[in-house]
Amino acid sequence: MFKSFGAVAALVDALLVLEAGSIHALVGENGAGKSTLVKIIGGVHAPDSGEMLIDGEPVDFRSTTASKDAGVAVIYQEPTLFPDLSVAENIFAGRQPYTSYATIDRAEMRRATRELTERLGVRIDPDREARGLSIADQQTVEIAKAISLDARVLIMDEPTAALSGVEVDRLMGIARQLRDEGKGIIFISHRFDEVFALCDTVTVMRDGAFVSTDQTSAVTEDEIIRRMVGRSVGNLFPKQDTVIGEVVLEVQGLTSAGIFHDIDFTVRSGEIVCLAGLVGSGRTEIARAAFGVDGYDSGTVRISGRNVPRRSPAAAMKLGMGFVPEDRRKQGLAMTAGVQANITLAIRDSLSRFGFLSPRVESASAQTWASRLQVKTRSLDTQAVMLSGGNQQKVVLGKWLATKPTLLVVDEPTRGIDVGTKAEVHRLISELAATGVAVLMISSELPEVLGMADRILVVREGRLTAELDRSEATAETVMYAATHASGVTST
Amino acid sequence: MSTPVQEPERAVASVRPSALEALIRAREISLVILIVLLVAGTTSRHHDFLLSSDGWRELLRQPTILILIAVGEAMVIVTRNVDLSVGSVMGLSTYFAGWLFHHVDGIPIIVVVLATIVVGVLLGLVNGVLVAFLDVPALVITLGTLYAYRGIAVLWIGGDFIRPAWLPDAFRTLGVQGVLGVPVLLIVVLLVVALVGWFMTSRRQGRELYAMGSNPDAAVLYGLRTRRLTVLAFASSGGLAALAGIAYLAIYATGDSKVGSGFELQAVAAAVVGGVAIVGGSGTIWGVALGAFFLATISSALPVLGIPSLWQQAVVGALIVIAITLDRVLFLSRARAALAQRSHA
Repeated sequence: MFKSFGAVAALVDALLVLEAGSIHALVGENGAGKSTLVKIIGGVHAPDSGEMLIDGEPVDFRSTTASKDAGVAVIYQEPTLFPDLSVAENIFAGRQPYTSYATIDRAEMRRATRELTERLGVRIDPDREARGLSIADQQTVEIAKAISLDARVLIMDEPTAALSGVEVDRLMGIARQLRDEGKGIIFISHRFDEVFALCDTVTVMRDGAFVSTDQTSAVTEDEIIRRMVGRSVGNLFPKQDTVIGEVVLEVQGLTSAGIFHDIDFTVRSGEIVCLAGLVGSGRTEIARAAFGVDGYDSGTVRISGRNVPRRSPAAAMKLGMGFVPEDRRKQGLAMTAGVQANITLAIRDSLSRFGFLSPRVESASAQTWASRLQVKTRSLDTQAVMLSGGNQQKVVLGKWLATKPTLLVVDEPTRGIDVGTKAEVHRLISELAATGVAVLMISSELPEVLGMADRILVVREGRLTAELDRSEATAETVMYAATHASGVTST
Repeated sequence: MSTPVQEPERAVASVRPSALEALIRAREISLVILIVLLVAGTTSRHHDFLLSSDGWRELLRQPTILILIAVGEAMVIVTRNVDLSVGSVMGLSTYFAGWLFHHVDGIPIIVVVLATIVVGVLLGLVNGVLVAFLDVPALVITLGTLYAYRGIAVLWIGGDFIRPAWLPDAFRTLGVQGVLGVPVLLIVVLLVVALVGWFMTSRRQGRELYAMGSNPDAAVLYGLRTRRLTVLAFASSGGLAALAGIAYLAIYATGDSKVGSGFELQAVAAAVVGGVAIVGGSGTIWGVALGAFFLATISSALPVLGIPSLWQQAVVGALIVIAITLDRVLFLSRARAALAQRSHA
């Protein structure tokens, strides 16, 4: 099966065989294509090629409805609840039971909801609206919904990420029970203990492609991790040697209830520090809080010894901080504005005289950065939306470089960028560090992390679980720390 | 799927509102109180407002137009869309109904009503299909059809207007007649409101309209047929706007190419005042009907009270702002309560 989004192939060659009456684990690094595969099976995306069979019959899901009608239930990673509707209606949306008066049978719906959620170990008032439920309770409602669909194929994309131990046990109990009833279950999880405790078979994916399928009893955890990582990294992303200087960013005891806890770290001038970890582990949230986009409950953030106030990106920028966000289309660029306007966006004040911005000065500045970063664009007036992903990212980088930052945060700098441009972006970041800028990078791509970082901080479920020096970090140690509660801590 | 029932590990309590909050939140109750106060206050200054047969009838039948159009609008807003073309649909429908009476001798009233509703539904279908399949915001599409439908009306009607003599006597008395003092028109409209209200609370598709407006992305992931639902909402809105056109004809027995101008904004206002969230997902049909009744009554009470017409718009505007502010404050307090409860758990 093949699926591409624009220029980037998200799924190259996926192969998955699910047997009735079995639980099948799907594992892989972030970006390995698991969620894309799930969305194709669920009918959200259509594959570009390839085929899907259910009970030997070819199926072609052009919509989520078609997939659902064929007996596939999916619990997606992102919550899909209707906040204004009651818990009971969320579970039964579109298939509420009717009384003999052709009216929705609320009593029956309430009863069934109570039974379902209690089976999952939580008592939730069926009549309360879904808005304001905790993530764990939302997840419980999602699971109840999927179970009640009575589907032949149940896909759970990281269902346990937000659940506590007891709830996980209940869920696993129910999964086994459904398996014994002859259902096929696909279980995606980063928690290997669950994979090995629950699943009969395990498929590993890497870079959008199928790697292997085995009986869980026939493989070891180490073997699985090796296959997930499975490529030689090293000279792919050469970071220049730099002189590492003074501490620039100092984060102490940063805590935001339920998101991250007690985060301590520093970034020095000329150093690239990577926050590694799984999607949703809290990496981006930590960076956003430090930059002042989001608030936090306690802790301090200092740049070059000066306190950064909470919730004020403007103050953070004044102190020399730059932030290249994860989603450049939504957060990094003014998409319909030209390249020039985007590059000079953060320095308009310093370029202008007496409150007026001269086009000549603006275009000279934009010209400098565009050529230094080798942005491929027809003219400086070209709308940002017309550029390729890689060139868009260069424009965002240019915008921040123009502010001459002392600290630059880059979140997933090469997501959705083709390999060639990727190397260029890496070179730029590396050169930047060489000029003495402190860089805090967030990346889900292990090779990138290992190639670029001087130090790697691994985040798992909102806590730092390991700090690894460049020399001692390997794909295995990072993966291990990202998936296990007590990672190996050194330095 | 029977299972050994284990004791739940954890109970998630519901968020119970305080008594005062519950009262304010029951928009229907506060609107009824406001309407009573408004009518009582106006009547004390000017007895004829309520205490004459004309005043009483006017008070009860004149809001029916806005009620119908607002209920249809609410069905659209609930899905996180908006229908700005309802005023134009109403105008076309009014003239179409009058034209049918005039040109088809002895045509039964029910046939005219049904044919006009069909026209309204078709105009609504155009809106719905365009919104659902072009993936363009409803605001833009229906702004376009607002002008387009009005343009058709002007082209077709020109300077002509419906004359009372075109209409059969039976139809004209429909606007005047009453049962035990209650205008027949109001009774019919209340039946329509009850039907729509029942559909929205007790039928799957009605609930799906709410679900879709509450979280459109989730609706797609969950496999709701969102396009079909969008078309359904707009078609209903068109049909109800056509019905409003007929109510207009029954009350005023006339109509030109300008009938219904500006009703789209009144309809949105009535829906919002009646408790429909402009971002979709919540609000009740009865609340909307009361909101429409309230707004229509204000429009007729303010001149009686000697308040200049310029101020009437300001009052309506203030009411909308108050309603939205109230919704937001209640929403935030509820969200805080839910959070506080969670951290205590």
